[in-house]
Amino acid sequence: MGAITSRLRRARNRSAALLRALAVVSPIAIAGCRYDSVFTPVGPVGDAERIIILDSVAIMLAIVVPTILATVAVAWWFRASNRRAKRDPNFVYSGRIELVVWSIPALTILFLGGLTWISSHDLDPAKPLKSAVQPLDVQVVAMDWKWLFIYPDQGVATINQLVAPVGTPLRMHLTSATVMNTLFAPEVGSQIYVMNGMNGTMWWQVDRPGSYLGHSNMFSGDGFPGMSFEVKAIPPAQFAAWVGSTRGQGPVLDEAAYRQLLKQSSDLKPYAYGSVTPGLYDDIVRQKLPPGTGPVEAGNKNPFVRPVRSP
Amino acid sequence: MKLLGKLDWSAVPFDQPIPLAAGGLVIVVILGVVALIVAKGWLPYVWNEWICSVDHKRIGVMYCTLAMVMLIRGFIDALMMRTQQSVAFQSPGYLPPEHYDQIFSAHGTIMIFFVAMPFVIGLINFVVPLQLGIRDVAFPTLNSVALWLTASGVLLVNMSLVVGEFSRVGWLPYPPLSELTYSPGVGVDYYCWGLQISGIGTLAGGINIVTTILKMRAPGLSYTRMPMFCWTALASNLLIIAAFPVLTATLAMLLLDRYLGFHFFTNTAGGNQMMFMNLIWIWGHPEVYILILPAFGIYSEVVSTFSSKPLFGYRSMIVATMAICIISFLVWLHHFFTMGPGGDVNGFFGIASMVIAVPTGVKIFNWLFTMYGGTVRFSVPMMWSIAFMITFVIGGMTGVMLAIPPADFILHNSLFLVAHFHNVIIPGVLFAAFAGYEYWFPKAFGFTLDERWGKAAFWFWVIGFYLAFTPLYIMGLEGMPRRMQSYDVPQWHMWANIATVGALSILCGILCMVAQLVVSIRTRDQRRDEYGDPWDGRSLEWILPSPPPEFNFAVMPNVTGEEPYWGLKEAAREHQRITRPVPEYEDLEMPRNSPTGFVCAFFAVMMGFALIWHIWWLLIVGFIGAYATLVVFSWRDIRERIIPKEEVARIDLENRAKRNLALQEGRI
Repeated sequence: MGAITSRLRRARNRSAALLRALAVVSPIAIAGCRYDSVFTPVGPVGDAERIIILDSVAIMLAIVVPTILATVAVAWWFRASNRRAKRDPNFVYSGRIELVVWSIPALTILFLGGLTWISSHDLDPAKPLKSAVQPLDVQVVAMDWKWLFIYPDQGVATINQLVAPVGTPLRMHLTSATVMNTLFAPEVGSQIYVMNGMNGTMWWQVDRPGSYLGHSNMFSGDGFPGMSFEVKAIPPAQFAAWVGSTRGQGPVLDEAAYRQLLKQSSDLKPYAYGSVTPGLYDDIVRQKLPPGTGPVEAGNKNPFVRPVRSP
Repeated sequence: MKLLGKLDWSAVPFDQPIPLAAGGLVIVVILGVVALIVAKGWLPYVWNEWICSVDHKRIGVMYCTLAMVMLIRGFIDALMMRTQQSVAFQSPGYLPPEHYDQIFSAHGTIMIFFVAMPFVIGLINFVVPLQLGIRDVAFPTLNSVALWLTASGVLLVNMSLVVGEFSRVGWLPYPPLSELTYSPGVGVDYYCWGLQISGIGTLAGGINIVTTILKMRAPGLSYTRMPMFCWTALASNLLIIAAFPVLTATLAMLLLDRYLGFHFFTNTAGGNQMMFMNLIWIWGHPEVYILILPAFGIYSEVVSTFSSKPLFGYRSMIVATMAICIISFLVWLHHFFTMGPGGDVNGFFGIASMVIAVPTGVKIFNWLFTMYGGTVRFSVPMMWSIAFMITFVIGGMTGVMLAIPPADFILHNSLFLVAHFHNVIIPGVLFAAFAGYEYWFPKAFGFTLDERWGKAAFWFWVIGFYLAFTPLYIMGLEGMPRRMQSYDVPQWHMWANIATVGALSILCGILCMVAQLVVSIRTRDQRRDEYGDPWDGRSLEWILPSPPPEFNFAVMPNVTGEEPYWGLKEAAREHQRITRPVPEYEDLEMPRNSPTGFVCAFFAVMMGFALIWHIWWLLIVGFIGAYATLVVFSWRDIRERIIPKEEVARIDLENRAKRNLALQEGRI
């Protein structure tokens, strides 16, 4: 992440003054002042993405604002009732102006294109985060309508709560037990689609302790609004203590429990499994464990006409 | 096998009063209109002159009418969504998820397929043959079939209000959510069959317009003399021909999955859901340009006319149009950067998406320079155009932001995205449709629309637009996903309320437009367009009387340069009379009206309904009926009817006399 940050910093310095000037009027900047947005990132991924958004806005405002002002000014000045305006109805072509009107957007896009190419590679969600700290493996399963987080090395799992040690890269493998979803926490960083029978990779890192909202950004059915989760970032020592106190306690996530979990439900309060059958995630990805069966088995009277969500 | 397939009383949503009441109201209104037509004895007129009409102008008017009616339906959906999000903070609100999910799916489907598309296609149908100086489109009866198939899709989608349910998976049915496992109800079937039927209509219409523009222009009207609107219509319809078969094939695959147990996109048995996303967006992204290119054409006409100047950089505009037409096929992947295709693929498609901003930017600057040095009249169409230029560049900017993959990683599928595409489609397409409606209304009906109500509508719309969608940008940056039926994050709530105020302002705008139409019709005698050129126009449609006769041109115009009508008008102004000699009038052959389109559509609806409800015997009946219609039409003996030259001469001479009078009085 350092590379992209430093490369972009020069552009940012140039545009910072303009951005400050516009901050007063820009609704985006108003949002930026608020807590809990993509402008208050708590990790390196979100931070780099915030810089890219701000830079691209600054670059584009430099051409958008003059265009808007010119539109208003030209239309008003050449209004029919203005006697001072010099009319020239034969002004229909000018090679010089053509050159300029093609060059201005082209140059802007050339500049932004460079930013796009570099940042697409640097911020690819699957690209490992550089860190001296050993990454933590987390396996993520989207279900109807809840999130299952499995910690394979710790042998524990959680529902709707991603417990993350602060400052530790999270190497996440993601799949879905049902339809397509995206795992997303606005303050943490990228989102990526999760799909049944497929294994995705995404890296996150949370640097500030706290509790952050996460949810699916991809509509996944009637229970979708009740599919949010909590990113709970705690110091590494506390994380070890949490693992210690969770392991061996509470319910067990084995095949039977997983099949129970496959049934549609939403708005689940976070809880933890003290034990997980090894290889469960791989069985889900390889479809040895079948995907969810949708609303049909949920006790609907006539699901083939108008299924309703089971209570 | 049950006689009525899956259909029984459980299909009617007795437990949900809102759709039941809405559906009931629609049925009452439709029956009321039909009863009025029958009681007043208008039925023969409506049947012969409109429903069976193959006149491109009437078909265009009917397309636009359909679009405006569906705009109201789609807007009511929008209003319900906004009010639900206002009240659903830490509460379930008044719409349960089963209903809310249908509403946002219906809103998107209706607004794209049954508002934006028919509005744009209707204006193309009405205007392009007039601007090309010809008497009709290439395939007049096919044109009528296309219209009525679109109407069939509309009917099926609206039928789902009271019989069964509509799709609840969004305006694009992403599998596996749209597969039988996760959507076992009839909603997705309504969606698919509605779009399959109307899609055939759209494709037929596209073939028709492309053939018309390529083969049927007036003598001397070479490609580089065509008005900009014809160029954009050509580009748009080329895109329809290239892209709509992809939509048909994609939905066909989904239907095979749902009906016959195929596994194109299923979770299991080797289905590939990512393939669906690729296919649907290979249609879906060009679709955006199918809508926006004709809109650019309308703006080009309006800005040029109301600045009293030819379009600046005409050839540059053609290049920009065709560049957009081609590049639009190279950007589909930006709709799913978050699928994880890696830096190279994402980078390529991100940059390709931005490249489209270049010709689009050129267009904005060229409109700017069209105004420069002109005499700008702030009539209602021009006001829509200026509001578009100002608003669209903001939407373009947020579009380029979303085209940067890492920015998309945190903005994708959030309300920021929703705000972005409304910010391009509403000013881009809808404002253009409104501008075109105001601009060509006198040509279609012979009187202008009321300016005061038009301006009131304009201000309510524009202010409402900013109030409704600026908060959505902010909510998106605050991490709110789209399609949330309820939520408990406090900081989103205030913005949701502001957005609802915006929607209410737009409601006032729509009411003003209704009032404008009513007032204008009532005062039409004071606002007659006497000789057919109310805006001091520049292209060929303004040479005709308003409304134009069925055959449009008494004699084919002979075009000798760009803006042919303007040249003639300049000469006429100089001499204070029409300088063209009175031509030798001849008998004209025009295509006969035909109920083929309507009958076809009747059987198409029957087949669609039968397929949705698995009523197989009805499907067979519908198919036989549709086939028989085709056979009867193909074997018809009399294809044309003759308009005698006396009639042609009478209409043309009358218009010449009115114009000569206006020229002498200095009104032209």
